[in-house]
Amino acid sequence: MQRSAGLMFVYRAYVVLFFLYLVAPLAAAGAFAFNDSMFPSLPWQGFTLDWFFSPVEPKLGLFYDDRLLRGLQNSLVIGLIVSALAVAAGTCNAFLFERRQFPFKRLLYILMIVPLVIPGVILGISILVFASMLANFADQTLGLFLTWLRPGIPLIVLGQFSFLTTITSLVIAARLQKFDISLEEAALNLGASRIRVLLTVTLPFLAPALFSAFVVAFLVSFENFNTTLMLVGSDAPLTITMYDRMVKVGSTPVLNAVSVFLMLGSGLLALASVLAQRPRKAA
Amino acid sequence: MRNDAGKLSLILLMAPFALWIGLLIVLPQLGIGYVSLREKVGINQYEFGPGNYADFIAEPIYRNTLFRTAWMSILVTALALLVGFPVAWYIAKIARERSRAALFLLCLIPLWVSDLVRAYGWIVLLRETGVVSTVLVGAGIIAQPVEMLYNDVTVVIGLVYTVILFMIVPLVSTLQGMDDALLEAGYNLGGGRLTVFRRIIVPYAMPGIVAGCIITFMLTAGSYLTPILLGGKNSSWFTEQIYNQFITRYNWEAGATFGVLLLGFTSLVVWAGLRLTGQSLSTTVAKE
Amino acid sequence: MYDLSCERVTKNFGSFTAVDGVSLDIPSGSFFSILGPSGCGKTTLMRMIAGFETPSRGDIRIKGDSVLALPPNRRNVKMVFQHLALFPMMSVGENIAYGLRCRGDAKAEIPARVARVLDRVGLPGVEDKRIEQLSGGQKQRIAIARCMVLEPDVLLLDEPLGALDLKLREHMKIELKQLQHRFETTFLYITHDQSEALVMSDTVAVMNAGRFEQIGAPRELYENPVSGFVAGFVGDSNCLAGRIAEIRGDEALVELSGGGTVRARRGDGAGQGDAVEVFLRPEALFVGEGDPHATLDGRVDSLLFNGANSRILVQLDNGPLIEVADPGQAGRVAQDQQVRVGWDPARATCFAQRAGA
Repeated sequence: MQRSAGLMFVYRAYVVLFFLYLVAPLAAAGAFAFNDSMFPSLPWQGFTLDWFFSPVEPKLGLFYDDRLLRGLQNSLVIGLIVSALAVAAGTCNAFLFERRQFPFKRLLYILMIVPLVIPGVILGISILVFASMLANFADQTLGLFLTWLRPGIPLIVLGQFSFLTTITSLVIAARLQKFDISLEEAALNLGASRIRVLLTVTLPFLAPALFSAFVVAFLVSFENFNTTLMLVGSDAPLTITMYDRMVKVGSTPVLNAVSVFLMLGSGLLALASVLAQRPRKAA
Repeated sequence: MRNDAGKLSLILLMAPFALWIGLLIVLPQLGIGYVSLREKVGINQYEFGPGNYADFIAEPIYRNTLFRTAWMSILVTALALLVGFPVAWYIAKIARERSRAALFLLCLIPLWVSDLVRAYGWIVLLRETGVVSTVLVGAGIIAQPVEMLYNDVTVVIGLVYTVILFMIVPLVSTLQGMDDALLEAGYNLGGGRLTVFRRIIVPYAMPGIVAGCIITFMLTAGSYLTPILLGGKNSSWFTEQIYNQFITRYNWEAGATFGVLLLGFTSLVVWAGLRLTGQSLSTTVAKE
Repeated sequence: MYDLSCERVTKNFGSFTAVDGVSLDIPSGSFFSILGPSGCGKTTLMRMIAGFETPSRGDIRIKGDSVLALPPNRRNVKMVFQHLALFPMMSVGENIAYGLRCRGDAKAEIPARVARVLDRVGLPGVEDKRIEQLSGGQKQRIAIARCMVLEPDVLLLDEPLGALDLKLREHMKIELKQLQHRFETTFLYITHDQSEALVMSDTVAVMNAGRFEQIGAPRELYENPVSGFVAGFVGDSNCLAGRIAEIRGDEALVELSGGGTVRARRGDGAGQGDAVEVFLRPEALFVGEGDPHATLDGRVDSLLFNGANSRILVQLDNGPLIEVADPGQAGRVAQDQQVRVGWDPARATCFAQRAGA
């Protein structure tokens, strides 16, 4: 297909512009974390790391800001728990849909994908409502106070789990689909027990997908806002804390510092998951 | 005996799935459906009826918010497709092997950055004291700093930005699977560029287009941060109404009603989209 | 006593019968092949022996003991899979040690055993290589070593040469036969390639539509097939359709559909008036006058050179295209020449028309 050079130039320029559009806000959010100013805006006052490491007001750095640190800790706890749960459930689902035959399989498969196409806000409120109904019921008829059914970390975990499991199931099932079942038969034939086959043959094959699924779930959980917003109690994760700060205090460069931290963290994790998925080269 | 063991393991394998879908998806959705049909007639006194829906229809602010959210979501989806397709094509078909991987990764990295950070970036760029305004004043193009936030154009730009990667990624995956020989055959058989595009490329890319559009649309209609941060307090976005009813006013009945309406509306659009293009959820969204 | 016996083994999948009352006995240390087209049930039979499927009826015995109640991981038959199924996440040494570890061998003994079996398959010192570093033929031998290190009663091989290119396949045929001699283990080999079966086996069972058509030594199958299916499937054959006009003891006079009458040995119970097919091996044919009722006229269609396997294609005047062996490609005939093709009537055999043929 021959194309005129002029047309090609315009096309390339368009793609370059597009990537500028992609990068611009991220660069802006990142750059002002290093500006020695009280506001994330021009003019450039010189380079500083105060917004990360300064222990005193007025430029209280990210790593000395107790509320942001608590938010970060909550995010980590939520992310680790929910990713572990979602990977475990996703593995079960992958085996269920790749290996087993049962009635209504197609319908149930669609049901498995559905959480991806329910808006996060709706997942949040529906779980909030349902959990409250259960909690009220337990309170009124059984006299039990089930505080974990009230907004808070357990409910956030459940809310995020509800759609992360779809993602992990799809990632793991895609890998399981590529698995040659005769490897399992070969292991059985060589005398391995079922559990040994699972541990020595099937799971090692799935390991890269399990790792990627975990990383993806963790990242999505870490940055999730919509579902979490509806379920948050007193222990807010980092994104909510940052949003609160933005709305109540207005933007300060410490938020840019948080942004840099988030971008670096998620960039590195995403890279790790891409590398893990890559086929291992012969040494 | 073997059969029994098989049944038992099937039940065990099915249990997490059933608990997840049952307790976290199906029952909660039924739950908001139930609450939305509950009319408050006094303190802790409720009656069943469609009163909350009647309220919604009677109140033009609510109605208009839903319509506005709807048409802006469709606009954003269409724009994302228009802007994203050439980029996806470039990555999948024109870029060389090495730069292709790099470009694709470049596309993916913002995917992992929180909405919040992205919206915050736009604020830093576009507000009255922001980068763009300052630079324009400095260059003498405008005399006074201008506020570029809090208008619909900015909201649309921000929303397209937030969702476009979810459009490009499925498009690239689908287009990469297309054999170049198909195109060559198309030209070889005498097709013009438009014909080849319409008859070969678009039908081939359809699963990717549909997947991208569904996800883009869902994310836009359900988005909260971008319209509120870039559109200001009066952005009239439907999710904001839901949040207000639930958290600010503590009116769960109205909030649940809005939730059901939003879910019903988005499901309708997704269903219609799948129907019109002859695709299914498992051939599109699940392929990603 | 036999290493492996099957007694009237049947397997139904719903209403479909994949294996239909198959019996076989394999003596110790022999190379036994099951030859049949794809879908004939040979893989199902092998999977039942390995324990991955359960027979609907019948019994499977290894060294005299029924193994039906044993799960696959407790049967002492090892299997080389069609695509070998070497574990890609383990090194060569770990692949071979896998079965030993499962068996619970002492850790200290394992490396020595692995080294010994690698030596026996002619690949000493490759323990630390990764699977993808091996060539096709080497993978083949590692797959066999992985099984043989466990000293199985029977080694099952499920078309393991299918994935190799032609040249390597020819080489591996000889290699496999030698390995079998070296290990003195019973091999059960399944294939759809008649030349693999004929070259390597002591005994071949020809399988069709879930049943054994014939069991015998390769030579016996080739020279005395018991059915049209065996005659057509084992070795090359020309096949002429016709109808029995007259029966004279062991022989029949067959009126060919295209005209002409030939004499043929009766291979089965087909009687007067039955539709039959006359099978003629290319090497039984020659250019020239044969006996009465053992000669047909035709025209040379083309000459196919293939060294010792060279052929002349002859278009019969009243029938199909047939192949005549022409080992030296002597050049006695030229294209489009009218020729007579003759044969020894004892080497023509007729069988009842095959279903669907």
